[in-house]
Amino acid sequence: MTTVSFDRGPEDYRHWRLRIEPPIAWLEMDVDEHGGLVPGYELKLNSYDLGVDIELYDAVQRLRFEHPEVRAVILTSAKDKVFCAGANIRMLAGSAHEWKVNFCKFTNETRNGIEDATENSGQIYLAAVNGSCAGGGYELALACEKILLVDDNSSTVALPEVPLLGVLPGTGGLTRVTDKRRVRKDRADVFATRPDGVKGRTAVEWRLVDELVPRQDFRAVVEQRARELAASSTRPADAQGIVLEPLEREVTGDRIAYPHVTAELDRDTGVVTITVRGPRGDGWLLAMTRELDDLILRLRTNEPELGTWVVRTEGDPDAVLAAEREVLTGTDWLSNEILHYYKRTLKRLDVTSRSLIALIEPGSCFAGVLLELALACDRQYMLDGPPIDDEDSDERAFLVLSEANFGAFPMGNGLSRLESRFYGDHDHLDRLKRERERPLSASEAVELGLVTEAPDDIDWPDEIRIVLEGRAALSPDALTGMEANHRFVGPETIETKIFGRLTAWQNWIFTRPNASGPDGALRRYGTGQKASYDRKRV
Amino acid sequence: MPTRIDYDAKIPNNVELSDNRRLQRALEGWQPKFMHWWAEMGPALETQGVYLRTAVSVGREGWAHFDHVVPQDYRWGIFLAERDPDRRIAFGEHQGEPAWQQVPGEYRADLQRLIVIQGDTEPASVEQQKLLGLSAPSLYDLRNLFQVNVEEGRHLWAMVYLLHAYFGKEGREEAEGLLYRNSGSPDTPRILGAFNEETADWLAFYMFTYFTDRDGKYQLGTLKESAFDPLSRTCEFMLKEEAHHMFVGTTGVDRVVMRSAELIREHDTMDIAAHGGIPLDIIQRYLNFHYTVSLDLFGSETSTNAANYYTAGLKGRWMETRRKDDHQLTDDAATLDKPQPDGTWTSEEMQKILLLNLDLRREYIADCESGVKRWNKILTDAGIDFRFRLPHPGFNRKVGINSGHHITPDGTIVDEATWERNRKRWLPTSEDLAFVRSLMHPVYERGKIASWVAPPRQGINGKPFDYEYVYL
Repeated sequence: MTTVSFDRGPEDYRHWRLRIEPPIAWLEMDVDEHGGLVPGYELKLNSYDLGVDIELYDAVQRLRFEHPEVRAVILTSAKDKVFCAGANIRMLAGSAHEWKVNFCKFTNETRNGIEDATENSGQIYLAAVNGSCAGGGYELALACEKILLVDDNSSTVALPEVPLLGVLPGTGGLTRVTDKRRVRKDRADVFATRPDGVKGRTAVEWRLVDELVPRQDFRAVVEQRARELAASSTRPADAQGIVLEPLEREVTGDRIAYPHVTAELDRDTGVVTITVRGPRGDGWLLAMTRELDDLILRLRTNEPELGTWVVRTEGDPDAVLAAEREVLTGTDWLSNEILHYYKRTLKRLDVTSRSLIALIEPGSCFAGVLLELALACDRQYMLDGPPIDDEDSDERAFLVLSEANFGAFPMGNGLSRLESRFYGDHDHLDRLKRERERPLSASEAVELGLVTEAPDDIDWPDEIRIVLEGRAALSPDALTGMEANHRFVGPETIETKIFGRLTAWQNWIFTRPNASGPDGALRRYGTGQKASYDRKRV
Repeated sequence: MPTRIDYDAKIPNNVELSDNRRLQRALEGWQPKFMHWWAEMGPALETQGVYLRTAVSVGREGWAHFDHVVPQDYRWGIFLAERDPDRRIAFGEHQGEPAWQQVPGEYRADLQRLIVIQGDTEPASVEQQKLLGLSAPSLYDLRNLFQVNVEEGRHLWAMVYLLHAYFGKEGREEAEGLLYRNSGSPDTPRILGAFNEETADWLAFYMFTYFTDRDGKYQLGTLKESAFDPLSRTCEFMLKEEAHHMFVGTTGVDRVVMRSAELIREHDTMDIAAHGGIPLDIIQRYLNFHYTVSLDLFGSETSTNAANYYTAGLKGRWMETRRKDDHQLTDDAATLDKPQPDGTWTSEEMQKILLLNLDLRREYIADCESGVKRWNKILTDAGIDFRFRLPHPGFNRKVGINSGHHITPDGTIVDEATWERNRKRWLPTSEDLAFVRSLMHPVYERGKIASWVAPPRQGINGKPFDYEYVYL
């Protein structure tokens, strides 16, 4: 299998054109049919695969950091009469299960990132649907704040997955239609079962789009609407962007190393040990976040069999807190971007289908922003004693709570990781608040419920080995399901519905014969033969 | 208050319209919009009466009733071929089951789409031909133009009937949409590209009725095979009328070639432009253009939509019932010639069911060849060496596997520069179009005809050429 890289830059985009005309940016989709990430399919009609979406992710990310002057982004197609046909079906039909699911996860994260930019960055997205728009194409539009549809009496928006493919729209289509756009559920039902979609006035009346625009005036009206949105943005007028330089990354057989983040891959045990180092110089939080983000994506895509990630840190907790304060109390646009980027990266971890285990040892720096990494894990083990290799040392592990742990980085369910951990226990959260900004020893961490266990230095090596070996012996599927259930307590949001409900159902549907069997709809698509369904409702 | 329609008198039909309240109500809403469309987008030339053939019933004598009619008073009607009560589905996975008299819920969207696309082409050609009446070469030709136009109007009615009768509220909305899209409109163009091209002169009209209407014949032929019986019967009746449009095209080009041949002989030169005739190489370039635009109407060579329609029984092959195979096509193979970036052609074997558009296009091309033979025979008889030919199917294509390649009329794959350099030898130039347009002076006098076209061998319905076909 080819190793997927997530390094991209506007100068080498193959499928997108990014044009900056402050306060507006045009992000035009122009998919190269022959530019599929792996051989075996043609990306016709602006359909996409992971490669197309990696470029989109890069563009969305650069717009936030490199272009503070952009206040509205027009997402449209450079092709005539077609906006986007969604995920490429032959690619899906020809992909292994984990590839399909990972692809959907990444595309979902990118769509969520678009909404995050609109909500938290004042970079408001507008979908200019200039032709037929189906499936993932419409879901892309749904991620935007407003949807304009060309009024040519034939262009439609559609979610044809159920009738044509026997699967569900995979990037939040069903949820965003009802929850975000508040389409009535009966109409949503009609819409999502019509292979030909809905056009014109009906699309507006059902709230599937916001406005119809005549073909001749299309670009002018789109630009006008974008300017109106830009005028309502809070983005600063005179800020200078920063350049997201290419990442420094060294990859050898079992090691991926960046300046601030390192991963050791152990294929025998299926464990990846991720070490995040604390601040060394300016700009640490952004640099570390970019590296961590890239590492998560690479591991998720390229190393599906490494099922357990062990998360460690190294460095000076005070330096972490100082770096955090600088960004957390900063009122400038860049501090805001960095915070939200770190938030999104933590969310990526939250929805990662790997067992996450934090190891808190002497010399680690799980303080504030970095403590969030430990809290994102399924379990936390803290060494109550000296470093394993130096029993005479006085050095001990400790944790530090800070402002950062009380709402700065909400999970997809809208709660902080501490609120999720102590769901409904407000007294305990109040108590934790009083413990901010001081080192918490292993016994205090156990007492406060911040770690799973705190073995001493005699037990530690065996204890951790047994935990990791025990984990590796369990069914990966059951673990995926269990972890996703435990991680997201409490209220439902669009995000939790997409990653929990939709993805879970889709995973099930993807493996059912009605979709993926030899006579299933996904396999039969494009052959001219009809799917044959097992009629039992399960 | 909408005026009530005296149904059987105003709208000749064999669908028991006067008993069908639902259909009446739909047509009452639609008919005034249609009349408005005709007034707005129909023929620009006003007449006091045109000698038109009106279908008043489907019986042997009923479908060809001749009289002078003011075009807007033409009785557009609704006719379906007679029903065969034992008709069975001839292909696909429902093969052998009785034909459907109602739309199956499962195929509703697909059937509706097929009907809308077919319906969208019918009024489009009326719009494309709107101005031609102002430059007709004779009253006979003017009459034929109107005949084609009113019949395209009736074909629109035929598709609207299906939408109204079988597709409920949505069908009514789609039926209205057929009038709101307009040929060449920058805002709401017709669905298919060829129907947004201009038909600016009479040579283009003859070419259109030869090549583009012939595509219509083949498309209708495949819909005639449909398991949905009302669609099948509607198309069967439309095919009768379509034959006349192709007659206009075939004989129209005949007469232009005939006249050019006369002028070549008379003046002993191929360069007959100065003598008011259309040089043969311009005719060839027109042919190249209209033929290739029409090939685009067959869609992509490989089509999963067409395959799905076939499997479902919605759209068959040309003469499906005469084909000697399993009518499933999932186990049969066929080959597809593909242009390669290195300038060679390769042949790829594929499942036959994915190449249905290609199958239909082959039938069409063979049919087009017969016209070329006719026109060449005129040249042979006149002792002229020039020969017309159909260009290679890869030439000048915007749709399918050949689009994006530069292919010459003889099928050689060349680079873009070479193609562009030769373009004016192969496709009508702006000078060609301007020249042909310069010949387009109306001739409205009985028995007279323009310089660039020969009179027909016969008139209409036994009338002589100098009959007053149109009252102006």
